[in-house]
Amino acid sequence: MASNGLRDKVAIIGMGCTPFGVHRTKSTDDLLVDASQEAMKSAGVAQKDIDAYWLGTYGTGVSGITLSKPLKIDYKPVSRNENFCATGSEAFRNACYAVASGAYDMAMAIGVEKITDSGQVGIPFVAPPTDGTRSEMTPTGGFALLFQAYAEKHGVNRDDLKAAMTHVAWRNHKNGSKNPRAQYRTVLDKKTLSCAPTIAGSLSIFDCGGLSDGAAAAIIVRAEEAHKYSAKPIYVKGLSFVTGPGTGQLNPRYDFCSLPEVSAAASDAYRQAGVKDPRKEIALAEVHDCFTITEILLMEDLLFADRGQAWRNVLDGAFDMEGRLPINTDGGLKAFGHPLGASGIRMLYECFLQLRGEAGERQVDNGRKLAMVQNLGGFPGEMVGYVSIVGSALA
Amino acid sequence: MSGILAYGAYVPRYRLAREAISVPPAAGTGAETRGTRAVAGYDEDTTSMGIEAARVALGGHDLMPDALYLATTSPAYGEKNNSTLIHSVLGLDRSVPAIDCNGSFRSAAGALHIGLFRPARSLVVSADVRTSKPGGADERDAGDAASALLVTSGKEPVIAEVLATASLTMEFLDRWRVGTEAVARTWEERFGMEVYHDLGREALAAAMKKAGITAADIKHVVVASPNTRALRSLPKALKLNASDDFVASVGNTGSAHAGLRLADVLDRASPGETIAVICLADGADVTLLRTTELLTQRRAPVPVAALVAKPAISIGYTKFLEWRGMLATEPPRRPDPLDPAAPTTLRINDWKLRYTGSRCKACGEQHYPPQRVCQQCRSVDLMEAVRPKTGAGTVVTSVVDRLAWSPHPPLTMAVVDLDGGGRVQTEVTEVDGLELGPGSRVELTFRRLYTTRNGIHNYFWKMRPASEGRAA
Repeated sequence: MASNGLRDKVAIIGMGCTPFGVHRTKSTDDLLVDASQEAMKSAGVAQKDIDAYWLGTYGTGVSGITLSKPLKIDYKPVSRNENFCATGSEAFRNACYAVASGAYDMAMAIGVEKITDSGQVGIPFVAPPTDGTRSEMTPTGGFALLFQAYAEKHGVNRDDLKAAMTHVAWRNHKNGSKNPRAQYRTVLDKKTLSCAPTIAGSLSIFDCGGLSDGAAAAIIVRAEEAHKYSAKPIYVKGLSFVTGPGTGQLNPRYDFCSLPEVSAAASDAYRQAGVKDPRKEIALAEVHDCFTITEILLMEDLLFADRGQAWRNVLDGAFDMEGRLPINTDGGLKAFGHPLGASGIRMLYECFLQLRGEAGERQVDNGRKLAMVQNLGGFPGEMVGYVSIVGSALA
Repeated sequence: MSGILAYGAYVPRYRLAREAISVPPAAGTGAETRGTRAVAGYDEDTTSMGIEAARVALGGHDLMPDALYLATTSPAYGEKNNSTLIHSVLGLDRSVPAIDCNGSFRSAAGALHIGLFRPARSLVVSADVRTSKPGGADERDAGDAASALLVTSGKEPVIAEVLATASLTMEFLDRWRVGTEAVARTWEERFGMEVYHDLGREALAAAMKKAGITAADIKHVVVASPNTRALRSLPKALKLNASDDFVASVGNTGSAHAGLRLADVLDRASPGETIAVICLADGADVTLLRTTELLTQRRAPVPVAALVAKPAISIGYTKFLEWRGMLATEPPRRPDPLDPAAPTTLRINDWKLRYTGSRCKACGEQHYPPQRVCQQCRSVDLMEAVRPKTGAGTVVTSVVDRLAWSPHPPLTMAVVDLDGGGRVQTEVTEVDGLELGPGSRVELTFRRLYTTRNGIHNYFWKMRPASEGRAA
């Protein structure tokens, strides 16, 4: 029994991504049409060429009809996926397997979310009938639990940890300012970022990813077919998705200082992709900076930093655009925004652009040929973790 | 022997300073501006406070009640029996009846009377959450509390035996509440006081005659009445020395008051002392008690004086009005909490009401809430029921969530490792201003989390900052 992966078996030949933000004039249907049209144009294919679809949306629609109706898809399979904030990655992953299996020649993975129509703060939550014992804690609160625990375990001064969080926000905003599709494009100074009133624990609004409307899409074919469509296909090297046992909230051995689901997905993806030293082999990583504290822990879970040291590395600029391993070059959830179902594919979109040398003024040029997407969903202790590695060349 | 087996009381942490009441007193209702009144928290009601008092009354010994009565004028639900929840939380056998005595202030004296003359052990819980319209007397003079007395007329040794009782019933108009209204209306308080003085004097005389004692034999006097003026003045009118009436610090707690004051007396009394309990509500009910040697071995684990003296959390007047439903405030732009579904809730009663988890018989791992598959050794269906060893625990990490929906924002959550094993992620109440963090000690308390739009009260356990040594 093993997770064999599908290294170099499938390729991405085209992608699309709408600007993320508060789209008052665009509906869910509009966003889906925009992202899918751009992806098809990018791949040079037409809708009739696509054999199957995977639609990721957390709560904006149910069933494949959410996609087939606006696109007028003619009697093709459309699966709807949901896996918390990793929903988009889940759609991509299933599309990859379908193509790799030979069942279909070409598949589209597309993710969408329309958040801002609800008029509420935070993620509109859809829940089954409840027994009333579940807390009303927000995701912000849930991730803020990491702050005290990390500071306590590693003996980090809370002000230093907050300074590292501020650095994450500052850098991701700076990166986002160079991205025309990002929701927030203003460079903010650290004083402004660090002085905002807290909304949960030590997290202020500036420590939170922006919730937005948006969609992103990818078109996948078997690797050996890729050059028929694209001169610069991007190959899937590793693809790992892990669901934890959900026991962090009841298991006294969980320390709230790591996200074990992400660790497990990372080591699986590195093995699949043959990555031995991630710090030297990965050109850039798009990671799930839902909150600034999350990004700090992720650096350790992804082996980009030693345990207890990520906050220091962050402050030293290790993960800035000019640093040893650029993180969230497109602005991340923080500045690009976070339409839940689209985010995983948006991260992939940045890797796609970077590896093809199409990232414009935020182009990373460190000679490495691999990029990482790391996406997660849930709460610390009850989480789904996703890590994929893509590359510009076949092994 | 008829008498009291055990007792307990509960006074909420929150206090409203009377001088903070910014609506001027209505003419003719007095103008007491000194002292404080106890205020049931936003997550408390007569049922949850009754549970806290009952937990104190049942702490430190293994006597369990054979019947349960809840007396209140401010029940959490109408039509639905509220004592059933207390019964379930206490883990009483289903064959033990739980009966609400709702409606009038006399119900408290009545429930006690029933209990004292049943051979089985009766747990008589009394609780009230009291206010009036802004500017009224009850807003100022009343208070919120609960008390619980475990009583019997069986053969078991008691801590205070009944010497005699006397009861007078008389129809007159002192206070009343109409149908669905939230608060009472009252006649001029002085008129009721005059009538109650006469009733109290006459009933006490009758009881003393039955018991063969005189006023000089009475060491402690406990008076309870919805008429605060009568409550405060009767002992003087009868030339008796009364115990602290708690009106200045806690307020007149209505149904709970006789039990609260009696608990305070029992906290301090020596064996062989006589106590007169005088309840004035549409009549007079007098119970003469004499303490026994057993009292010194079975005092409540939490004395009333400690509840009254415990550092209070002051709340402002607008918060008080909001909590009592007298001031509707703007809701947050967050989804309202869902109704707890009836079948879903019934299935997990052991967890939700009794905090019962599961312990793996193969490896000893504890799970809260209960799990079928062990998180440690993955054994399946090898679980036995387990409850937290002490009810207290230590914070691993915590957060103040200002974005979350809460009836009293911000919401405080903590990850807590329970003493004796197991971990929970739980809401913490009564944090106001207190810094929680790794290492903080907390303990379980049963609360009403919120009431849904559909009027369903959602009760569950929370943690509160621990006062070590308290009954858990």
